[in-house]
Amino acid sequence: MDNELLNYTLRIADNSLILGQRMSEWCSKGPTLEEDIALSNISLDLFGQANGFYSYASQLDGNKSPDDLAFLRNEREFFNQQIVELENIDFGNTIVRNFLYDSYNFLFYSSLKNSKDDTLSALASKSLKEVKYHLRHSKNWLIRLGDGTEFSKQKVQQSLEDIWQYTHDMFSMDEIDNKMYKLNIGINNSHLKDEWDKIIDETLLEAKLVRPKDGYKAEGGKNGMHTEHLGFLLAEMQFLQRAYPNAKW
Amino acid sequence: MQSGKINEIWKLLDSVPDPEIPIISVVELGVVRNISFTNNVYQILITPTYSGCPAVKTFIDDIKSCLKTNKIFNFDIKIIYAPAWTTDWMSVETKEKLRKYGISPPSNKVVCPQCTSSNTVLVSEFGATACKSFHKCSECLEPFEHFKCI
Repeated sequence: MDNELLNYTLRIADNSLILGQRMSEWCSKGPTLEEDIALSNISLDLFGQANGFYSYASQLDGNKSPDDLAFLRNEREFFNQQIVELENIDFGNTIVRNFLYDSYNFLFYSSLKNSKDDTLSALASKSLKEVKYHLRHSKNWLIRLGDGTEFSKQKVQQSLEDIWQYTHDMFSMDEIDNKMYKLNIGINNSHLKDEWDKIIDETLLEAKLVRPKDGYKAEGGKNGMHTEHLGFLLAEMQFLQRAYPNAKW
Repeated sequence: MQSGKINEIWKLLDSVPDPEIPIISVVELGVVRNISFTNNVYQILITPTYSGCPAVKTFIDDIKSCLKTNKIFNFDIKIIYAPAWTTDWMSVETKEKLRKYGISPPSNKVVCPQCTSSNTVLVSEFGATACKSFHKCSECLEPFEHFKCI
C-alpha cells in the first residue's frame, strides 16, 4: 500500500512542479508587467504545493529528501501528466493549456480534500484556495483572447486544437488510481469529467471558441511516458544539482 | 508556571515582524497556531500563508533567532497544513494597522486605504507578494495594494 500511496503522491507533486517550472519560464518574459508578475506568482504557488506533496512523499519513501525527488529523478521516473510539460510556445498557448489544466486541477483538489488520508486532505484544501484564482486567471484571459481580435481568436483556437489530445489522460484510471480510490485515499478521475465538460463548454461559449473534436488521445504521463519536451525541462531544472551534487544556496 | 511561560513565548513571537509587511507580527498574521509544552520542549505549530510564500522560511528563521536571543533553546517548530490559513484569523486591530500602513485590508469589499472610497477597480489579481492584489482608486486615483481574502 505504501508504495502505491508514494506513487500517487508523486503524481500530484510532479504535476505541480513541472507546471510551476513552465510558469517560471515566463518570469521577465511576460507580455505586460502585470502578467509577468501573475505568471511568476502562479509558478510560486505551484512550487509551494509541490513542496508540500514532496515532503509527504519523502516521509513515505523514508530515504529520499524532497530535493532528491525533484532534482535527482530521471524523465521516466516522473509521473506528471503530459499536458503540464508541453512547451509554452506563446502567451495564448500557455493560457489555453493552463485553463484546461486548471479546470481539472480545481475539480481534482475539490474532491481530494475529502481524502481519508489526513495529509493529502490538508494539502488539497490548502492548494484548492490557490488553484481557484489560477483558474479565474486563465479563464478570464481565454475569454478575452477568444472574444478579442481575429488574430488572437485564431491563435487560441489553434492552441485548443493542438493541446486537446493531452486532456484525456486527466480522467483515466489505472491500477494505482483504482486502489487508492477503493481505499478512499484517492479520487475517481473519471467522475470529474462531467463537471470539467461543463466548465469548458460554458467558457468556450463565452469566449466564442469551438470545442475541438476528440481524436488521438495522448496517454501515459502518470506511468513515466513523456513527450520530448520533459527531458529538456529537466535538463535545465536539474542542472545545478547534477553538475554540483549537494550544492546549497 | 508553564502556562505563564507559554504566554511569555506568545509575547516574544508577537515581537517578530512579518518579513514582507513588518507593520504586523507573525502572531497577528495568524501563522503561529499553537504553543504547548511537553517533555520539557516548547512545541510551536506554524502554518504557511500561501504554499509558496518565500517569507515562510524567513519568519521561521526569525522566530528561531528571537527565541535563542531570549535564551530559550528547548523548542521545536512544526509546520502544519490543516486548517488552511485564512485571512479570517486577522483581528480588526490588525486590519486597521494594515490600512494605516497603506494596504487595503482583507475584506470582500475592497476599500481604498487612502481615501476610504469603495469606488475602486482591480488592476491585477497578482501583486508584489503572493498575498496581495493590485487596485486603483477611482475617486482619488491612487494605486494601492489589497491584502487578498482567502
